[in-house]
Amino acid sequence: MTTREATHAVWQGKVRMKVTSKGTGPALVYLHGPWGLTWDPFLDELARDFTVHAPQHPGTSPDAPEDVYHLDGLWDLVLCYDELLTALGIGQAALVGHSFGGMLACELAAAFPGRVRRQALIAPLGFWRDADPVVNWMMIDPEALLGRLFRDPAGDAAKRLFGPAEPPAEAAAARVRLTWAMGATGKFIWPIPDKGLKKRVHRVTAPTLLVWGKDDRLVPPVYADEFARRIPGARLHTVDGAGHAPHVEQPEAVARTLREFLSA
Amino acid sequence: MKISAFHLMPHRELPADFEQRYESVWVTPPWWELADARRVGQYYNWTLDELVYAAKAGFDGVCTNEHHQNAYGFMPSPNLMGSVLARATAGTNVAVVQMGATLPTSNPPLRVAEEYGMLDCISDGRLVAGLPLGSPMDVNLCYGITPMEHRERYREAFALTLKAWQAKEIFAWNGRYFQLANVNLWPRPVQQPHPPVWVPGSGSISTFDFAVEHDVCYCFLSYSGARSAKTMMDAYWRVVADKGREPNPYRAGFLQLVVVAETDARAEELYARHVEYFYHKCLHVPAVWFAPPGNQDYRSLVATANNPVRRAENPKTLRYRDFVDKGYVIAGSPATVRDRLMEEVVKGLRVGNLMVLLQIGSMPHELTLQNIDLFAREVLPSLRDVWDDEGWVNHWWPERLRERPGAARVAVGAGR
Repeated sequence: MTTREATHAVWQGKVRMKVTSKGTGPALVYLHGPWGLTWDPFLDELARDFTVHAPQHPGTSPDAPEDVYHLDGLWDLVLCYDELLTALGIGQAALVGHSFGGMLACELAAAFPGRVRRQALIAPLGFWRDADPVVNWMMIDPEALLGRLFRDPAGDAAKRLFGPAEPPAEAAAARVRLTWAMGATGKFIWPIPDKGLKKRVHRVTAPTLLVWGKDDRLVPPVYADEFARRIPGARLHTVDGAGHAPHVEQPEAVARTLREFLSA
Repeated sequence: MKISAFHLMPHRELPADFEQRYESVWVTPPWWELADARRVGQYYNWTLDELVYAAKAGFDGVCTNEHHQNAYGFMPSPNLMGSVLARATAGTNVAVVQMGATLPTSNPPLRVAEEYGMLDCISDGRLVAGLPLGSPMDVNLCYGITPMEHRERYREAFALTLKAWQAKEIFAWNGRYFQLANVNLWPRPVQQPHPPVWVPGSGSISTFDFAVEHDVCYCFLSYSGARSAKTMMDAYWRVVADKGREPNPYRAGFLQLVVVAETDARAEELYARHVEYFYHKCLHVPAVWFAPPGNQDYRSLVATANNPVRRAENPKTLRYRDFVDKGYVIAGSPATVRDRLMEEVVKGLRVGNLMVLLQIGSMPHELTLQNIDLFAREVLPSLRDVWDDEGWVNHWWPERLRERPGAARVAVGAGR
């Protein structure tokens, strides 16, 4: 299978969005989390059944870091994605979103119900419970962040998401990429990851699958109940041996569940 | 040379094991465990008394600043303090240096323009208008401003403030972050076209550019002394030269911690524990809080990642003598302090507007007054005319206070 890369300029040409695509079959759009896009085994698995399109959120691709300044808020971002789908020639797609990307997928499904055939939300952000605050991942040191994100902070999954620690030049580039990705996504979600989805979520018509790592120490699994309660018919799949990035720690198991759900 | 007394208004009685027991001095220290409102009232009053004492002792200005949710320095509204100081120094030639009210945390930021207008009226034109960007802890963590919008909001608010002071007509401000249909500031400042503007920073390149482009006084507020500031300030002066501005020392401000006693040994005896308290407790903040993702722009982020500046020392591993040796604190007899200030700070960094922090950490009221008194009598007079022979005008000081107190003498042969 070949990987294709293309850049689409949306928002009056001011926001350049880089999209990696792979596979054949119905369209599937993958929206990454606050740590940038990593093309990993999970997406390869999905590409066996779908044409997977994985855009990098505005600002998070190193060749266009400042384009994100053209967007003022979440509404601007949602409209950008609507334009991107049009640019990709997609009328309706399956959406898969992780963390920040999960919130964004759900916002798209609420704003443009006709655009979303089915959606799988992996540990999505978007709601807030005073009793179970979501830890601000932008304000903890790198070690603590690994501990919050992964069931096994020393495992390969952590290395895949965060990039190399050696040699120095590559490590520096990875640090810049990671920090800027958190900043550019954080722009739409600071300081509390509740930007009003609760007022809009009733508009979602797409069948919804929620995927949560059993040991999610960033967005506690209790948030799955919030989503399940607000999206009638949503199903929950809990993943053993995984934290906040179950698709990175358990790629095959999560991909299998998703392929089944999204193919229906 | 203008010399001002700076105050942070810290908690002076944190427990000995504070830094082991608590996550941070900023944002999250628990009020109910650590403070008592009546006692804190005493701190505020000591702070005001100390600054008024400095004003009477001969300092050129008194400085207050804004911080939130912390025990390191908690004047959430510096203008409340400045207002008391403006009144208490009525009829003197002492400047009220607000370092200052933070634009991105004031909504609308016009509030700062108004309050500075009030202060300039109350003080009859003795205001220095500090317009700080604000620390990430204050602006992003305590006040919820998105890190990536912090600088943009500041720049818009800065432009709005300057226009609001000067506009002759009512105007509409249709900004990205602020929309005001009828800007018509009451009151306007006494100083025309507007009070002198100082922009404090901590060495970021984009702030150098901003300060020089807007022709304001750039103030480096550092706690690690002149030696570690040298590279930064040299870079600032290069930007000044590159942008075609004259090397007027008054376009630079610097904050230095200073303690003075009869002898060097006596200074150690009197001040060592207060200095250590300051560096060990008052600066106890998780490093990552200083740089929330998106706060630093992309250019600076890449520069920092690729050329990590010398690894910052952890001040918790240092003791009084280290702080003194490294110049974090200038300490000792009047002669020692005079010489080091002159060589390392004033001449070394080319500073025309010097600020000194004389109440440090846990330093009690009486000892603070002693420090102020000794500095004012034995150190300050010898620094005052240091730039006079070069003939520069301090455009960043209230015009009617520029003349040296009691000095009618104009530097002979000054060509500028």
